Amino acid sequence: MSARRLLAWAILIAAVLFFALPLIGMFEFSLRARRGTWSLDAYANVLKDPQFLGTLAYSAVLSVVTIVLGILIVVPTAFWVRLKFRRFRPVVEFITVLPLVIPPIVIVFGYLRLYNTSSWLPLTGSTTGTDLLLSLGYVTLSLPYMYRAIDNGLGAFDLKALTEAAQSLGAGWGRILYRVILPNVLVAVLSGAFITFAIVIGEYVFAALMNRPAFGPYMVWTGSNKAYEPAALAVVAFGLTWGAMGLLQLAATLSTTGLSKTRLSKTRRTR
Amino acid sequence: MGHLDLVHLEKAFGATRVVEDFTLSIAEGEFISLLGPSGCGKTTILRMVAGFESPSAGAIRLAGADISGLRPRERNIGMVFQSYALFPNLTVRQNIGFGLEVAGLPKPEIAPCVDEMLALIGLDALGGRYPFQLSGGQQQRVALARALAPRPRVLLLDEPLSALDAQIRVSLRTEMRAIQRELGITTLFVTHDQEEALSISDRVVVMNKGRAEQTDVPFAIYNRPATSFVANFVGALNTLEAVIENATGGHVRIADLTVPLGRQLQGQKGDSIRLAIRPESFRHGAGAGGDIVLPAVLEDVHFLGSVIRIRARVAGQLISVDSFNRPDQPPPPVGATTALRLSASDILVLEAS
Amino acid sequence: MADITETSLLPENRKQPRRAALDWLGLVPFMAFAVLFLLYPTAHIVIGAFRATDGGLTLDYMAGLFTPNIIKAFTLSLEVSLLTAGLGLALGLALALAVVRGGLPGFIRSALLTFSGVASQFAGVPLAFAFIATLGRLGFVTVLLKAIGIDLYGAGFNLITLSGLVLVYLYFQIPLMVLIITPAIDGLRTDWAEAAESLGATTAYYWRRVALPVLWPSLAGSFALLFANAFGAVATAMALTGSSLSLMPILLFAQIRGDVLNSQQLGYAIACLMIAVTGIANLLYIVLRARADRWTK
Ligand SMILES: Nc1ncnc2c1ncn2[C@@H]1O[C@H](COP(=O)(O)OP(=O)(O)O)[C@@H](O)[C@H]1O
Ligand SMILES: [Mg+2]
Repeated sequence: MSARRLLAWAILIAAVLFFALPLIGMFEFSLRARRGTWSLDAYANVLKDPQFLGTLAYSAVLSVVTIVLGILIVVPTAFWVRLKFRRFRPVVEFITVLPLVIPPIVIVFGYLRLYNTSSWLPLTGSTTGTDLLLSLGYVTLSLPYMYRAIDNGLGAFDLKALTEAAQSLGAGWGRILYRVILPNVLVAVLSGAFITFAIVIGEYVFAALMNRPAFGPYMVWTGSNKAYEPAALAVVAFGLTWGAMGLLQLAATLSTTGLSKTRLSKTRRTR
Repeated sequence: MGHLDLVHLEKAFGATRVVEDFTLSIAEGEFISLLGPSGCGKTTILRMVAGFESPSAGAIRLAGADISGLRPRERNIGMVFQSYALFPNLTVRQNIGFGLEVAGLPKPEIAPCVDEMLALIGLDALGGRYPFQLSGGQQQRVALARALAPRPRVLLLDEPLSALDAQIRVSLRTEMRAIQRELGITTLFVTHDQEEALSISDRVVVMNKGRAEQTDVPFAIYNRPATSFVANFVGALNTLEAVIENATGGHVRIADLTVPLGRQLQGQKGDSIRLAIRPESFRHGAGAGGDIVLPAVLEDVHFLGSVIRIRARVAGQLISVDSFNRPDQPPPPVGATTALRLSASDILVLEAS
Repeated sequence: MADITETSLLPENRKQPRRAALDWLGLVPFMAFAVLFLLYPTAHIVIGAFRATDGGLTLDYMAGLFTPNIIKAFTLSLEVSLLTAGLGLALGLALALAVVRGGLPGFIRSALLTFSGVASQFAGVPLAFAFIATLGRLGFVTVLLKAIGIDLYGAGFNLITLSGLVLVYLYFQIPLMVLIITPAIDGLRTDWAEAAESLGATTAYYWRRVALPVLWPSLAGSFALLFANAFGAVATAMALTGSSLSLMPILLFAQIRGDVLNSQQLGYAIACLMIAVTGIANLLYIVLRARADRWTK
């Protein structure tokens, strides 16, 4: 019994070392820009670089667009499949995990061959088109996480009864989705959104191959041209990922305490 | 000294004492039930016997030898879990044969043992199935057979029937008791269902807050509860407030009625005490016997089929009266006045607490 | 209240016969998206790998894969993926078991799961930077160890090698494994272990006969997923090694960027091979899972 406990502690300590050291190393390295002393010079240099804010803003906007598109595609589908096509569910689930199986670089390769200037849908012909394609590509990458989060959220309440109750009161599909279903899966949607953000913000392959000025390619460029700034960027990226996950955790906590209660009373009032 | 002796057992989790000074001696082949409300420490006692928890103090002796230091796998004690805990990846046969396989028995010797157990639980045809293909009652039987197959020295059952529906529960407990008798295996059975405990046990231990309140045969537990906890927990009970009129003579007053209890009372004249009476102790209607007569007003009459349950007011206090249905005696009307009769020996005097 | 007038029940009833057909309409947006941005692009690549310039079927491009540098990249990728999937599986399982079943304080579990959620997404460029900053020639740990007399690089260590890459990949593979396997470990009921023990079994016996068989489908699934995750990863390796370690996806990246292989179709063939490998890994998982399904619902 205590031998097992001892082993468990040993494993945990080894894991903490393995996972903490690179983070400490990254942070320490980012402070080394000035010779002989620790300083925030690397961060200052990064901030001074207009490319930094530009690419970060580009990726942030793109992640918002991706999240909105993802929600519009996934929520109605997951709802509809649970309500009307239970037998079709394995098929949809299979499709949604494909992005974990097919290497992303292959998917983007397909995009570039299919949607180039000479194709029937010349998305890469214009900047807006490329941005849209990039965003849709990110929807694909985040699809496994988004779908799972929302599908789990839909499974947490009696979807059929709620829908039928709303229908019996005369609500149409749009109203049902917006007023009845969405409020009930809000937390699930949020958790899907934060993972999407974490994926998009530092993504490299899609953005690089589509030649868009995103944060990922900027980091790689910095990596091959600067010494300490890459570590500073890594700290920023890690902070953003943590921020997204922290918000996710917060959303989940709120949902199990106050939020769900107010949500419930709200739905009751509107009914 | 019994076959299994629990001597002054204590168990504390941190600061909370879960089992206190628990002593019990179980004879070979005896079937004993631990009965008590949820959280009173029944499971903890069973787990100490099985070896999954170690006692904070006290001893556990099996056939005279202290087994406290042995690991669970060295004790040869069979256990049936509340949730059955059947191994989902093994068939019924493999589940039952698990203990024999562990003991290193060669395959050709395991098969007949398993067949025998399958016959014992009446599932001969289902040996090849996986647990998820069985009903709850069938899973329960397999769990029993699995625990019994290695011929354990003691069988422990932790609320084995609580997850089943009422009908199967009754038939299965009878069956379990029959199997236990046939094998003559010493059994410690845990339940919070009093009817279950009373109906199949040689002796019942009623527990409260980690302590044994009373250990006795079912008849005595029901009819002569040693403490007010036992009286209240086992069976339904009416309590009547009374005042001592004459302690040595055994007379009490309920409002303006004087009732002779026929036994000496502790306390003195004017002390208030509580009397307890089982609903089925009252008799009423034509031809009822009994030396004590209580005038009562019927407030409510429920016809339940074999039993007629009456709510009646006696000296301002509400009580419940059960009597058997008789075709020649229709239930009395609500509002009627009747005389309830009973014997002094039907009245329990609860200690003041 | 006003909702009631929005749709009356009568026209709803008249729609009844066409209902089923209309129901399918609800799936059109998703299916259109999946076809256009997932299935068709992938299929296009696969087909492209077998279509000759005159439109007929050809195996020439696939045969073209048998050049020394592609074979080398393929083996290296396979090696990295198998190693990181295998090690990630074993170490992630050990970590999850230690935290879930090792009797550690309860808060560690939720802390580990939260951290794993972050770390499994903390792949790519920043991760590579973090490791360079830690175990590179001037990295934090390298310098620290040198100060106490241990010369990592003198002893032959190099971050920009296969073993260095494996170490970096484990940083997201182990957390991914923890995330996938924790629910499965929770599914291992403690009373199975206790039942086995009361029947005389040792812990090892219980694991061999019950726990591992029960976990098996989850383990196989995790392995397939970890394998695909490593096999398709580009950014981490590129940021870490530039292009000095030639992995399959890095080769494909270079091909897409600048046609380094001097053959459009060879790119298709490489991509096709990559899909085939991850596809087979997952197919294997599905088959194994079906076999394990005989004792579950
Ligand atoms: N491992 C444990 N740690 C702390 N408290 C426990 C543990 N196991 C049981 N308890 C506490 O001991 C008390 C008795 O539990 P148990 O023996 O399971 O009761 P019963 O089986 O009679 O319902 C309960 O209050 C329970 O919360
Ligand atoms: Mg219990």
